[in-house]
Amino acid sequence: MGLKLQQSHHHQSVAVKGNEQMGTKRGYTFIQSNRDWLPKLILLWVMVMGFISTWIYKKMDADNNVRREEVLSSMCDQRARMLQDQFSVSVNHVHALALLVATFHYYKNPSAIDQETFAEYTARAAFERPLLSGVAYAETVVHSGREKFEKQHGWTIKTMQREPSRLRDEYAPVIFSQETISYIESLDMMSGEEDRENIVRARATGKAVLTSPFRLLGSHHLGVVLTFPVYKSKLPPKPTMEERIVATAGYLGGAIDVESLVENLLGQLAGNQAILVNVYDITNSSDPLVMYGHQNQDGDWAVVHESKLDFGDPFRKHQMICRYHQKAPTSWTALTNVFLFFVICLLVGYILYGAVIHIVKVEDDFREMQELKVRAEAADVAKSQFLGTVSHEIRTPMNGMLALLLDTDLSSTQRGYAQTAQVCGKALITLINEVIDRAKIEAGKLELETVPFNIRSIFDNVLSLFSEKSRNKGVEVSRDKTNRKPSLAVFVSDKVPEMVMGDLGRFRQIITNLVGNSVKFTERGHIFVKVHLAESTQPVADTKVETCLNGGSDEGLLISSACQFKTGYEAADERNSWDSFRHLVVDEELRYDAPINTIDEASRGFTLMVSVEDTGIGIPLIVQDRVFTPFMQADSSTSRNYGGTGIGLSITKCLVELMGGHISFISRPQVGSTFSFTTVFKRCNKASYNDTKKSIVELPSGFKGLKAIVVDGKPGKQNGHLFKLPKVILLAKNITNVELEKAKAAGFADTVIMKPMRASMAVACLQQVLGIGKKRQAGKDMLNGSPVLQGLLCGKKILVVDDNMAHQRVFAGALKKFGAAVECRESGKAALKLLQLPCCFYACFMDIQMPEMDGFEATHPIRMMESKANEQMNGGMDEDSGRKGEWHVPILAMTADVIHATYDAGLKCRMDGCVEAL
Amino acid sequence: MDRNRLHNQVASMRRSLFDQLEELQDDTNPNFVQEVVTLFYNDSTRLIQNIEQALNSRPIDFCKLDDYMHQFKGSSSSIGAKKVTNECTAFREYCNAENAEGCIRSFQQVKQEHAILKRKLEVYLQTVRQASQTA
Repeated sequence: MGLKLQQSHHHQSVAVKGNEQMGTKRGYTFIQSNRDWLPKLILLWVMVMGFISTWIYKKMDADNNVRREEVLSSMCDQRARMLQDQFSVSVNHVHALALLVATFHYYKNPSAIDQETFAEYTARAAFERPLLSGVAYAETVVHSGREKFEKQHGWTIKTMQREPSRLRDEYAPVIFSQETISYIESLDMMSGEEDRENIVRARATGKAVLTSPFRLLGSHHLGVVLTFPVYKSKLPPKPTMEERIVATAGYLGGAIDVESLVENLLGQLAGNQAILVNVYDITNSSDPLVMYGHQNQDGDWAVVHESKLDFGDPFRKHQMICRYHQKAPTSWTALTNVFLFFVICLLVGYILYGAVIHIVKVEDDFREMQELKVRAEAADVAKSQFLGTVSHEIRTPMNGMLALLLDTDLSSTQRGYAQTAQVCGKALITLINEVIDRAKIEAGKLELETVPFNIRSIFDNVLSLFSEKSRNKGVEVSRDKTNRKPSLAVFVSDKVPEMVMGDLGRFRQIITNLVGNSVKFTERGHIFVKVHLAESTQPVADTKVETCLNGGSDEGLLISSACQFKTGYEAADERNSWDSFRHLVVDEELRYDAPINTIDEASRGFTLMVSVEDTGIGIPLIVQDRVFTPFMQADSSTSRNYGGTGIGLSITKCLVELMGGHISFISRPQVGSTFSFTTVFKRCNKASYNDTKKSIVELPSGFKGLKAIVVDGKPGKQNGHLFKLPKVILLAKNITNVELEKAKAAGFADTVIMKPMRASMAVACLQQVLGIGKKRQAGKDMLNGSPVLQGLLCGKKILVVDDNMAHQRVFAGALKKFGAAVECRESGKAALKLLQLPCCFYACFMDIQMPEMDGFEATHPIRMMESKANEQMNGGMDEDSGRKGEWHVPILAMTADVIHATYDAGLKCRMDGCVEAL
Repeated sequence: MDRNRLHNQVASMRRSLFDQLEELQDDTNPNFVQEVVTLFYNDSTRLIQNIEQALNSRPIDFCKLDDYMHQFKGSSSSIGAKKVTNECTAFREYCNAENAEGCIRSFQQVKQEHAILKRKLEVYLQTVRQASQTA
């Protein structure tokens, strides 16, 4: 058991170590090792998140801009397309007019059109050309035909400057004009640089051509002049340039007010305010000419879209440039989104940081706590050790003190005080021993020994110990006439082997503790100890397994069953109560002849189950779960009323567990408690059994078959038998000498047994009454309480040889005390005479130093004599009996100074041993 | 009343004088203690005389001295006279060392302790006798 405990202790220490290792490992987690970096990490996190937010914002902004550009380009394209459409509509009308002029002026002869007709028609058809401020027709006139032409029209050809035209190859005077621009009639179009160029290009291509923008004469709007050629005859399908020039009859022109045109157009469209539109003539790409829009107007130059315009003039290129009126507005959505994102990231970072910080803190705390725990445990161990050491240190001098206390001559008063002191001291030592036990158990140093012992005698002893206490208690209680003293009883199952191997001392301690507790807390009723085997194969509750009984078995009175079991008080655990016990008894009687399973395996361990039942005050329910906690009593008043420290039960529990058992209890307040425990013992093998048997008081089996009748006032103990010869034994709890005399005189009783009845006492008493053993007084306390010696020496004849009379007398007295019959002689010679064969002495104690013949000298002839007799006997009666008949008187030397030499000398003279005489 | 007092006195004296001896006295042997004490008394007186003689004779026979003292020690130890016994042991040690000076000195001690014991025993015996007479 000790080993097991040590092992478990070892495990425990290993576990502690493991914990520590784990702790240190945990101490170096990633977080812990990088804890200094944490603030930097959080800063980095914030920065990274800032960058990401900015990037996201830029991305969203760029997306916005792209969208803006797309919108702008689509708007711009739309405007350009519409402008182009409008423009081409105007061009088509001019074209139509040109065709009209060609058809009615040149193909008809005479001409169907004159100025009036033209003016009226163009005025009425002006709604179709809203952009043209006016149209006019100029006829090609070569220089040779000038005079004729001038005569025909009645005016001279004038230049733009309204002067008569100088001489030129060719003239293009306006002959028809719309009324709005009638002022240009008779003006030579060839005289203007722009117009001339236009005319030349127009007649070459046969298409409408445009001038570069210029401020129109009538309004100050920017405009262009559109010129369309009119041919005299029908042209061949693919005319060359010369053919076109030759065929040219005149030119139809009109001024287009581009500014109004664009303004009208933009006014029709939605989103007009948002964008700025510029139209340029980019024929000369290095110097774009503004056709519409203000060059210096503010606007967002960041986003610009250019759209190509095709006004149908192959020589001129135009483009439209659009841009936003205002700069792109700040994108609040993006800004808000990004800001929220950043805040969330910040929060996440903060939460992570907080969590990590918390982890670090918790881990720190954890380590600190672990350290504290280790320290606390160490302190606890140190405390226990200190307690143990101090207790030990107290015990040693205390023992000395107690030993010396009554050593000197004291007056009666002093002696009385000293005796009180000794009693107190002994109580103190008991307590100290308990504390040391406790410390030992905690330190795992308690080792169990394995010695053979007799279970029944243990219970017998313990019972006798407490019977005294409980009797005293009973007396005290009976004074108030209300209660009775508790009765003590033990029942040991027959199946329990007589001799077992185990730790006698500790087992006794357990029993003592439990019974002591019961006695302490029980004022009335009974205390009943039941011992039986807990068979692993069958449940404990199976009563048939437990069956066995004191009354019917061989060792009928071996069981010290005291007085009445049934005291009329209820027990806490009904299973153990007297009623079920009686059933067992009856059951056993019925089945007495049935073969009983005997277990042969001698060395096998078995489990013993012991229950201690009392009818005491019980344990309050609230404290039942800490009954086995050290220094814990039901409440503080308990220790005041009953004394004790409350350490006993915890030690008991430890001991029981050390012995491989369990302890449990059932308790009902004011009804009683039943403590049950199991222990594992080994069966005792035969050899050790024989060795020890001698030292145990033998309870003779001579009562087998005898019957007894038990008369008791209480019910429950009357399952009796008949006496062969009526011998009356009086059972009494307290009896005075006077009463005893009275009883004897009346012939009422042969002897008296004090209750509680113990097995050994009962045996002695019965021996006395039945004349089996030597007559001696029962119930009287024996010297040193050694029934062993008593059993050994009782009735034996012993010779004491000593020349010192005083010594002789004392020694003889001591031996007589144990019931021996003592003969005394003063010298070796006298002893020799007595020891002549056949002698009947059980033993001989011989002084060494004697006058005339000393112990050694006297022993020698005795041994010679014996060996001679033995030789004779072995020769003659060898087969006499199984017993080796050998004469051998044990001779023990007595000497005051047992030095080794003396002992050896004694052995040399074939003495059997040596006694140190006082 | 007187008798009870005497008995009590005897009992307490016995308790103070003898450690275990009294336990040997019981109803079958009522005068056991007295008997033993008387025996010791006679024995010791004789032995002290013998030792004194042996010490005075020259040369000192240490063997004989030791023998006497052994007996003396045995007697005193049987009645439980521890102090006397202790002195006897000391004496015998000197004796074994053949130290005459030490022997004489420790013999004085022995005699002194013996005298004290004797006085006590005398008082005791007297009280016992008185007690038995009154009885």
